[in-house]
Amino acid sequence: MSFMKELTKGIIKENPTFVIVLGMCPTLATSTSVNNAIGMGLAATFVLICSNIFISLIKNITPDKIRIPVYVIVIAAFVSIVDMSMAAYLPALHKSLGLFIPLIVVNCIIMGRAEAYANKNNVINSIADGIGMGLGFTLALCLVATIREILGNGTWLNIRVMPETYDPMLITLLAPGAFITLGLLMGLMNMLKEKK
Amino acid sequence: MGFLGQLFTMAISAILIQNFVLSRFLGLCPYLGVSKKMDSAFGMGMAVIFVMTMASAFCYLIYQYILVPFELEYLQTLAFILTIAALVQFVEMFIKKNSPALYKSLGVYLPLITTNCAVLGVAILNITPLADGTRYNFIWAVLNGFLSGVGFTFVLLAMAGIRERLEMAEMPKSMRGMPSGLILAGTMALAFYGFMGMKF
Repeated sequence: MSFMKELTKGIIKENPTFVIVLGMCPTLATSTSVNNAIGMGLAATFVLICSNIFISLIKNITPDKIRIPVYVIVIAAFVSIVDMSMAAYLPALHKSLGLFIPLIVVNCIIMGRAEAYANKNNVINSIADGIGMGLGFTLALCLVATIREILGNGTWLNIRVMPETYDPMLITLLAPGAFITLGLLMGLMNMLKEKK
Repeated sequence: MGFLGQLFTMAISAILIQNFVLSRFLGLCPYLGVSKKMDSAFGMGMAVIFVMTMASAFCYLIYQYILVPFELEYLQTLAFILTIAALVQFVEMFIKKNSPALYKSLGVYLPLITTNCAVLGVAILNITPLADGTRYNFIWAVLNGFLSGVGFTFVLLAMAGIRERLEMAEMPKSMRGMPSGLILAGTMALAFYGFMGMKF
């Protein structure tokens, strides 16, 4: 029961991107195509689950004063694992995500969950929290990426969805489009919330 | 091109063309979070310029003289984030002891900088090969850190200036705060795209 509750809260009620508003940099930078969004989302989810497990396991032996440096080292270690595995097995994706793979280290979502959740709860709940938050982040990324890829390129996951005559709105793929798309989406979410 | 010419090119590129916030999407958390008031934006900006310059210098030295000779390049993420965290802590203690007035104005922003991806971003970009396959040398790496920090501060201050006025404006309730901030950032990014055509 509580496992499922922890799992689902990150997806809608406490969605890290739209509700808590954390991790803006990767959301905007890697949402140019759904492909990139899924890659980034899953990489962050993996790091989030692993760091949540590890931090929850060592929470009793971590001195309170140096807990933040400890978290940073744990997270950086898992990010290096993802970075190197991705470079070895998915070189094309690794190249298109580029700088933002090592920057998962400073993604506030991961640090935030370590500090706010994993160091107070047991391992099972921390896993559920990690999966839920990770999926919430991935879904939010995919939502932004879907809009940007369809409008800017006429495709979704590299499959053409718009008619051939559609003139792509290139701006949605560029930086201004990223900001404006996310801003409008957030406004829409707020509006839906008020209506309820 | 002489040293000054190169410096000028780099400054224009770091501040206007390849701005960290608006075209590279780095450092968005403080950009959106600390841009509500001009004073705090200024404090944050100064702290970021300082830390980015120092981090560029230290990370470059550590990479060049420790990681490369021992073939430990794969540890770069770990080494850089530890360097930055230690540096921020050190700067905080140093300022606290030597200049309590400055500490009071910068104090709260310093710990936040550890998780500012612009700082780690510039450290990694400094050691990444450029388009022609060469890397920055030490002096250019430090200058790149400093100028990128200036670029960050420049847009942060511009954003804070606009947002102070925006508070007064009438708009739908659901667009207040973050959504309007993002759309504002998008409009600014659009304006900065005008510099893209500048080539040297």
